[in-house]
Amino acid sequence: MMQAVSRRSVLAGAGALIVAFRLSGTHAQTETGTGGSPSKHGLPGSLDDTPRIDAWIRIDASGAATILTGKAELGQGLKTALLQVAAEELKLPLERLSLVTADTARTPNEGYTAASHSMQDSGTAIRNAAAQARELLRDEAARRLGMSAASLQVRGGEVFGTDGKRLGYGELVRDQLLSVDAGQTSRLTSPADFAVMSRPVPRVDIPAKVTGGAAYVHDLRPEGMLHGRVVRPPSYGATLRDCDVARVERMAGIVKVVRDGNFLGVIAEREWAAVQGMRTLAATTNWIEREALPDEADLPAALMNLPSRDTTIHGTGNPGAPGILVEGTFSRPYLTHGSIGPSCALAQLEEGKLTLWTHTQGVFFLRDAIAGMLRMPAENVRCVHAEGAGCYGHNGADDVAADAAILAVAVPGRPVRVQLMREQEHAWDPFGPGMVVKLKATVGADGAIADWHHEVWSQSHMMRPGPPGTLIAARLKSDPFPPAPPVALAQPEGGGDRNAIPLYAIANCRVVSHFVPDMPLRGSSMRSLGAYLNVFSIEAVLDELAVRSNQDPVAFRLRHMEDPRARAVIESAASRFGWTARVKSSENIGFGIGFARYKNLEAWCAVAVEVEVIRLNGAVRVRRVVAAVDTGQIVNPDGVRNQIEGGILQATSWTLFERVTFDRTRVTSVDWSAYPIVRFDSVPGTVEVHLVDRPGDAFYGVAEAAQGPTGAALANAIRDATGVRFYQLPITPARIKKAMDA
Amino acid sequence: MTTLIVNGDSRTIEASPDTPLLYVLRDELGLNAAKFGCGLGQCGACTVIVDGKAVFSCVTPVMVLEGRTVTTLEGIGSRDAPGPMQRAFIAEQAAQCGYCIPGMMMRAQALLNRDPHATDESIEAELQPHLCRCGTHMRILRAIRRAAEEMRPKTVEARTAR
Ligand code: FES
Ligand code: FES
Repeated sequence: MMQAVSRRSVLAGAGALIVAFRLSGTHAQTETGTGGSPSKHGLPGSLDDTPRIDAWIRIDASGAATILTGKAELGQGLKTALLQVAAEELKLPLERLSLVTADTARTPNEGYTAASHSMQDSGTAIRNAAAQARELLRDEAARRLGMSAASLQVRGGEVFGTDGKRLGYGELVRDQLLSVDAGQTSRLTSPADFAVMSRPVPRVDIPAKVTGGAAYVHDLRPEGMLHGRVVRPPSYGATLRDCDVARVERMAGIVKVVRDGNFLGVIAEREWAAVQGMRTLAATTNWIEREALPDEADLPAALMNLPSRDTTIHGTGNPGAPGILVEGTFSRPYLTHGSIGPSCALAQLEEGKLTLWTHTQGVFFLRDAIAGMLRMPAENVRCVHAEGAGCYGHNGADDVAADAAILAVAVPGRPVRVQLMREQEHAWDPFGPGMVVKLKATVGADGAIADWHHEVWSQSHMMRPGPPGTLIAARLKSDPFPPAPPVALAQPEGGGDRNAIPLYAIANCRVVSHFVPDMPLRGSSMRSLGAYLNVFSIEAVLDELAVRSNQDPVAFRLRHMEDPRARAVIESAASRFGWTARVKSSENIGFGIGFARYKNLEAWCAVAVEVEVIRLNGAVRVRRVVAAVDTGQIVNPDGVRNQIEGGILQATSWTLFERVTFDRTRVTSVDWSAYPIVRFDSVPGTVEVHLVDRPGDAFYGVAEAAQGPTGAALANAIRDATGVRFYQLPITPARIKKAMDA
Repeated sequence: MTTLIVNGDSRTIEASPDTPLLYVLRDELGLNAAKFGCGLGQCGACTVIVDGKAVFSCVTPVMVLEGRTVTTLEGIGSRDAPGPMQRAFIAEQAAQCGYCIPGMMMRAQALLNRDPHATDESIEAELQPHLCRCGTHMRILRAIRRAAEEMRPKTVEARTAR
C-alpha cells in the first residue's frame, strides 16, 4: 500500500528503537494539501517539509518546552496526543510542556488539519524531533561532563551522569543547540518503556471547556472589539438589486454598514445591535434570484445525468462472471456539517497588516486566499488558529474569516468579531456532496464472489481555500473572483471514490469513478468524504450476497478477506458482540455488521449493531453497538475511544435522519427543525469500543474510521429486522414504514 | 435598566430590555459558558438556570428577568474548584469539541437540584432539547449519572458512618 508518510524499518533496539526512513513512491494531490510532491529530505511525517528541530521544539532556560504544530485542535484531542508524544520522547513531565497550534507567524506549515492525518504528519514529526532533541541535549551533557553519552541517563528533563552529577535541560540548552536539521535516524522510545504514550491521559482542553474558560475563538474579547454580522443572499448566484443602507446606519449602536457588490455587512458596538442591524438590513434588500438547482426529489438521476469525467480506478479479471446477482443504486443526500456553534472569526487591521483568529483547518491556505481576496501581499496577513465548535470538515470557518477580514478593513485598528447565524451556516455550508453508487455483483455456485462492478458519481470533495474564489465573500464582492476550479482528489486516498475499491479479495472486479465537475450545490470536504457511501454500498451488497447464498455475513466477509489486520477487527467485533450466539428476542430485532479500512490506508474498523424496528411507525432503536478498531500505535486510548464513539453516533445520525433539502432556487433546510439530527431519544442503548493495540507500529488515522462501517451495519441490521434492503439514505421511519406496509 | 442576580451577584444591565439574556451574559458580563448555537431555541447550547429552571438564554429577553436569579456554568464551580457536575464531566472526559457541553451541564444541574434521584430515563428525556454534533452523547449521559451519584444526599447511615 502506498502511504503518504514514508515507510520505516526498524534497524535495532536496545531500550530504544532506531528508525530509519525510506521513501515511498509517487504522490498525488492530497486532502491535507501537503505530501503531494516527492520527499525532499527523506524524513518522516511533516519533518520532511520542515526539518529544523527548533521549528517543532523549543526549550527555555527554565527547562520547559514549547511544542509547535501546524495542525489544529478540532475537538479531536489533538493537543493532548501531541503533548504525550513530545513528553514521552523528551523525557519531560507533561506539565512542563506547552503547545502552540497552527499560526502562520509561528508554526510549521502542515497544510490542512484533515483526512485523519494529524498524528501521522505532526505526531510523527514531533516524536522524531523530540527524540533527536533529547539526544542533542544528552550529547551536550556528555561534552560538558566529559563522559561518554552512552553512560548518561535522561529522565524528568535532566541528564544524569554516573557520578551523581546532573544537568537540567535549561542549563544545557544554549543558543542554537536545537537549530539544526533533523538527522536521518531517530532513537525512539520503545513501547515497553512508554510512560506517557499509550496511556489514557486526560485531555488538556476539557477543564476550561467545562468551567466557562475562554476556550473558543468565540470567547476572544480584545480591547475595543466590535461585532459584525453579514447578510447573505437568499440563494446561490442571487444578485442584489437594492437595499437601504442609510436606514440601518441610523440605528443606535451601528458603527458602519459595508456594501461591496453583493456582499453586505453590519458593524456595531454590541453584538445584539449587530444582529438587529443585520435583520433590518436583510429586510430592506431586494434580490434577483434564479432557478439553478436540480429536482431534489430525484437527486440521483440529476447527478448521474450531469457531465462527468470517468476513470476506471480498479480493474482485475474479466467482468460478467455468472452467479446469483445482486444489484442496487445507492444514494445519499447532501449532508451539512452542522457545527453546534456557528462559525466565528476575529480580525484586526493594524498599520496595513491584518491578523485573523480563525478556526479554519488550514491557516496557511486561508492566509493566501484572504490576501488574494484583499489584494494584499501574503506576508501582511497572519492567521492564528483558535478553536471553534467541532467542524467535521470544511464548514463556514473560512467564509466567516473572509467576512471578518472585509469588515475589519472597513474599521482599521478595531478588532471585529463576526459569527454566522444558524440559518447562514446551514444554507451556505459547503455540504458533504450528494452521491450515487451503482453496484452489481454475483456470487458463484462455490459461494465465492464471482463478479463485482462498482460505479460512483460525485462532485468534488475538496473546495477548500487556496484560491480566493472558494470564499463566499470573494465571490460576492463587486470585483468578484472566479469560482475555484473543482479538485478531484486522486487515488489511492480518493475523494468521492474514497474506499470505492473493495478491500476484499474479488477476482473479477471493476470500479469506475464519475467525477462531476459542475454541480450547482456547494460541496466540499465532510468527514470521511466518499468513503461513507462507498462503504455503505459495498457492505450492503456483501450482506445481500451472503444472505442470498445462505452464508453468514461475518463468515462471508472473512472468506474474502486476506488482510490479517482486517480479519482481526472483524473477528474481534463479532466475538465481543456475541455474533455467532446471537438470538432475536423478537421478530423486530435485526443484527448487522460493517467493516472498512479507512481509505484502504488508515485505521481498520468493524462495527456490529443490534436494532429494533418499531413496526407501528418505522422508528429504529439502536440497542447496542460494538466496534473494534486497529489504529496502529495508540497514543491516547481514551482519545481513540472518544473519536470512535463520536463517529458511531454521528454516522447513526447521517444514516437515520439527515438530508439537506432544497427547491429549484434555495436551500430550504436552514435550521435544526428542517434538518433533524440525532437527539437523546435515539442514541444507542450501549456503545462499546475495543482497541487492538499494535505497540511500536506507525500511527494510522482513526477519526473517520467508524462512519462507513456504522452506516453499513445499521442498514444491514434494518434489513435483517425487516427483510427490506434500503438503498436511499437517510433510512427514515417514514421510508421504513412505507416499505413495510407495501 | 434591568437588575439581575447573576451567579450570586447583583448586576445592573445596560443593554436594551429586548436584548436576549445570552448577549447580556456574553457581551456585557463577559461570561463564556453560555453559547450561541441557533438563537432559535432548537439546540440548548445557550442554556442557563433561572430561578432553578433551565431556560434557553438565546430567546429570553432580559426584561422578563428583573430581580431574578441567573446561574451559569461559571456559577457552579471553577477550574480550580470544580463543582460535582464539572468534576464528573472531567472524570468521564465527556467532551469532544465541548461547545454543546455547558448547556447540557446546566440542564442536568437544574434537574438534579430538583430531583437528586432522577432516573436514567428521566435524564435522557430531560436532555431531549439538546443537540451534540460530535456524538458525545454516551459520555454525557455517563457524566450526568456520575454527578447524580455524587450530588445525591447521602443516607443517614452513610452520613453517620463518616
Ligand atoms: S442557542 Fe439557544 S437554543 Fe440554540
Ligand atoms: S461535544 Fe462537540 S457538539 Fe457536543
